[in-house]
Amino acid sequence: MTIASVLTIWIALTFLGGAWLFNKQIDATKDYWFGKIQISVFLTKDVTQTERDAISAQLNSLPQVDQVFYESKAEAYQHFKEQFKSVPQLVKNTDPSALPESYRVKLKDPKKFQIVASAVQNMPGVDQVAAEAQALKKIFRLFTGIRNGMLVVALAVLVASILLIFNNVRLAAFSRRRETGIMRLVGASDVYIQAPFILEITVAALVGGLLASALMFAIKAVIVDVGLKSAFGGILTYIGWGAVWSTIPYLLLAGVLIAAVTAFGTLQRYLRV
Amino acid sequence: MIRFQSVTKVYATSGRPALDDVTVEIEKGEFVFLVGQSGSGKSTFLRLVLKEEKPNRGQIWVAGKELARLSHWKVPALRRQIGTVFQDFRLLPNKTVRENVAFALEVIGKPRHTIAQVVPEVLDLVGLAGKEDRMPDQLSGGEQQRVAVARAFVNRPMILLADEPTGNLDPTTSVGIMRLLDRINRTGTTVVMATHDSHIVDSMRRRVIELEGGKVTRDQSRGVYGYAR
Repeated sequence: MTIASVLTIWIALTFLGGAWLFNKQIDATKDYWFGKIQISVFLTKDVTQTERDAISAQLNSLPQVDQVFYESKAEAYQHFKEQFKSVPQLVKNTDPSALPESYRVKLKDPKKFQIVASAVQNMPGVDQVAAEAQALKKIFRLFTGIRNGMLVVALAVLVASILLIFNNVRLAAFSRRRETGIMRLVGASDVYIQAPFILEITVAALVGGLLASALMFAIKAVIVDVGLKSAFGGILTYIGWGAVWSTIPYLLLAGVLIAAVTAFGTLQRYLRV
Repeated sequence: MIRFQSVTKVYATSGRPALDDVTVEIEKGEFVFLVGQSGSGKSTFLRLVLKEEKPNRGQIWVAGKELARLSHWKVPALRRQIGTVFQDFRLLPNKTVRENVAFALEVIGKPRHTIAQVVPEVLDLVGLAGKEDRMPDQLSGGEQQRVAVARAFVNRPMILLADEPTGNLDPTTSVGIMRLLDRINRTGTTVVMATHDSHIVDSMRRRVIELEGGKVTRDQSRGVYGYAR
């Protein structure tokens, strides 16, 4: 019975923590992309200074544009090196001059990217206009879907674990009713009588929480570091181990609170004077 | 010590009151028999004294406190002043005689050295010296009830409630238990005993309160079990 409680708490908290990690992953990606650029205007290799100035002036004149950053070839190479530092082979084989210079444009409203893109698309010196944020929308949708799915599973299992804890405590109270009956009769306090039941189920919840915490590291190591990285490579930023460590206290706290509150509530009903 | 003032108790599951407008006063140090048929309200009376039930009407005072005004968290303190003995002994089968008695003190947080001192004293009082390490199933019914009395009395309560304490015992053994309760009464403890046992009531000649259908039909000092027999 207690083992069943441990298992359901473990599963519920794993999905809860997983949803949280995915949420952090979404935030990390959003911060990186939406915070900086929504549109990149790549320039041709033989762009002239006059053309650059014209493009810059055009971008700055658009009301939808918030800020325009210029990224030189050297800076582009610098960013490239950072993004692909896990793949040194690729960095070594890339000629620094192969990366194009560009204007990185931050929009007031990311949804208006089409207007800005068409305004500069056909200007001389413009090679290509890319709206990365648009492409990322699909990824966000995928992540949000995963997160919501995990939340739904987490809630369902959570309900199951609350019912199990309820049953568990009720059975424990029933099987020890002789002792607790005598305790009440001779004047033991409620706290004294109820504490062992609450303590027992809380320890079970703590074990479930620790198991779930261990799985958080597995999620980060396998799903994020291997799964997502191989699928999306350098275009995303990923959550670090810090994000995993910071979820653990909340997971343990959630497990302990759920168990203690459920047990307390059950005892009010089944271990009453 | 115990005062009932116009107390009525109706259980939700039954329309008829278990106690109907009962007014009774029991003084400190009294020995009182509560007699009447099954369902006459004897057990309800005892449960109300312990605040295991609340009356629908009326007031109850126990050891100087009005129970309705006693907050929930003070109920344990009330029960520490009341010892209770039942027909079915209610011993813990996996504990020895000594452990059963000590349990009552452990769960109210008495220090270990106090327990070590008072448990042998009370076992000696009830006549179980030498049987401290027996398990309940190695004892006779009378001996088991002595353990229960020892457990009820080990904390030196002001009141001892006994609900049919001799109901499961043969007459000779019952006399032994009654002697024990009488001895406890002589230490100044108020004893209230619900019983069916007419021989015991007749031979003890103590105050008798008779209940019938939840009403007090007789309250007689030095009484007998019934008039017409």
